[in-house]
Amino acid sequence: MTPVLELVDLEVRYGSVPALRGISLVVERGEIVTLLGANGAGKTTTLRTISGLHRAHSGRIVFNGRSIEALAAHDVVGIGVGHVPEGRRIFPRMSVLENLEMGAYRRRGELKDDLERIFQLFPVLGERRRQDGGTLSGGEQQMLAIGRAMMSHPDVLLLDEPSMGLAPLVVKAIFSIIDQIRADGTTILLVEQNATQALQLADRGYVLENGEIVMSGPSEEILGDQRIRAAYLGEGAAS
Amino acid sequence: MCFTTNFWPFLVQGLADGFLYALIALGYTLVYGVLQLINFAHSEVFMSGGFASYFVLEALIGTSQPHGMASVGYVAIGIGAGAFGGALVAFLLERVAYRPLRRRNAPRLAFLISAIGGSYFIYNLAGKEFGRNALEIPAPFLNGPAFTLFGATIQTDYVVVAICAIAMLIIVDRVVAMTRLGKGIRAVAQDAETASLMGVNINRVISQTFVIGGLLGGAAGFLFGLNFGVAYTMGFTPALKAFTAAVLGGIGNIRGAVLGGLLLGVIENLSVTCIGANWRDVVAFGILVAVLLVRPTGILGERLGRSA
Ligand SMILES: Nc1ncnc2c1ncn2[C@@H]1O[C@H](COP(=O)(O)OP(=O)(O)OP(=O)(O)O)[C@@H](O)[C@H]1O
Ligand SMILES: [Mg+2]
Repeated sequence: MTPVLELVDLEVRYGSVPALRGISLVVERGEIVTLLGANGAGKTTTLRTISGLHRAHSGRIVFNGRSIEALAAHDVVGIGVGHVPEGRRIFPRMSVLENLEMGAYRRRGELKDDLERIFQLFPVLGERRRQDGGTLSGGEQQMLAIGRAMMSHPDVLLLDEPSMGLAPLVVKAIFSIIDQIRADGTTILLVEQNATQALQLADRGYVLENGEIVMSGPSEEILGDQRIRAAYLGEGAAS
Repeated sequence: MCFTTNFWPFLVQGLADGFLYALIALGYTLVYGVLQLINFAHSEVFMSGGFASYFVLEALIGTSQPHGMASVGYVAIGIGAGAFGGALVAFLLERVAYRPLRRRNAPRLAFLISAIGGSYFIYNLAGKEFGRNALEIPAPFLNGPAFTLFGATIQTDYVVVAICAIAMLIIVDRVVAMTRLGKGIRAVAQDAETASLMGVNINRVISQTFVIGGLLGGAAGFLFGLNFGVAYTMGFTPALKAFTAAVLGGIGNIRGAVLGGLLLGVIENLSVTCIGANWRDVVAFGILVAVLLVRPTGILGERLGRSA
């Protein structure tokens, strides 16, 4: 079976400064894969390059067997890549409903069933459908950002630090919804700094350091690794 | 006492001017919304609309004197020709003067200079091609008193300007609020990068925004030309005032542009009767400076119109 998403030796630079130094990773259909790393490791850059917001310097991005590294951002969403950007990026002066409609911008036809599904996943969005996106709480905005991306019927959902700045209880709720979304058939690539929780949710993980993948494997394996525990899971350095 | 004797006629005149400012101001405000750029060549978009309607009506009406339904038809044709001319020039301007700079991530100043260059190019080209004197648009209708309001005689051309402008303003407001195109424009204005993640082709939306601004500005060129004729210099003052109106209402804000246009038109005309006709432009641009000093975001603030 071909993977849904595959990065092959992907290199990205800002000017002449390398941000990704040739990373390779694979996401199989139905998986939750997490990409971990400290600030500035290159996680956001990876997702933005997949979505066409940055051009790769070299390497390939293969989606459902097709090379997409030359595709414009507005076309990448059309082939089945949903992106929940870092910092949520809700349209602040559009209502919740309009934000969700924006997620379906590339699709024609009736949105009623899709909206119903989103409101089932996130009942609070249904209650606030007429409210401006900018007036929602951080947690609600994160839910809206996820719902908005789901409106495009993505094969793969890219999530960039959905737990950022949220209370533990809200993070728990959002992670359980991510699990639900996967169960409904959407593959997930989850970028996180919140490594423990991300690994508890994910099937597999990759660890990014300075634009290079330094470790990958099943979640339990990464959770058990001494070096990783020291660096990312908030434990004292192993002596 | 200026308010007792001449108030109503000057109010009406002010509203008529204000509607024109509003139509032009929308072009500034819409483009500012999606690009954070003042399209200083918009004055020539307005002028191009004036000339386009002149040539079409000159060919169709010539020396005849239309009345009745024919007048309505010719006004519609004039609007259409002006709108088309304005839209075409706005579209080309975006392609030639702005898009190449965007592709290269040029600094803000480059856009300003490109805008001024584009503006002077069109201005001088029109002056060379169409002559230096004002040309009179053949009258599509017989102007005269239409009715009186509080003792003020309302001329037919005010009625025409008001009806056409109100219709266009309502259409644009609804298009931006409710259509897919309008949502694309608002999304790009609020967060262009995220809009592209939703599947919005940013370049196409920018192009469409210039075209909408051009349609309105070009139609305004026709309505203005009905009264004052068309000339290559016609864009300068009305466009600068429309820019003032856009800033007054809150640049980037659609309803602000309308509010600013009407306010400016009225204040300016009341200053004519209260202070003197030669104070008119001084007052108008005094307002621009005052707004920039006191409330730089304008009356309604800097935001592209919401849906409601
Ligand atoms: N637009 C940009 N221009 C120049 N350098 C950039 C740009 N965006 C990111 N970088 C650099 O690229 C590197 C990777 O950044 P990136 O945002 O991908 O990190 P990240 O892993 O998402 O970090 P964080 O956890 O803080 O979000 C950093 O060194 C950053 O400074
Ligand atoms: Mg990041």
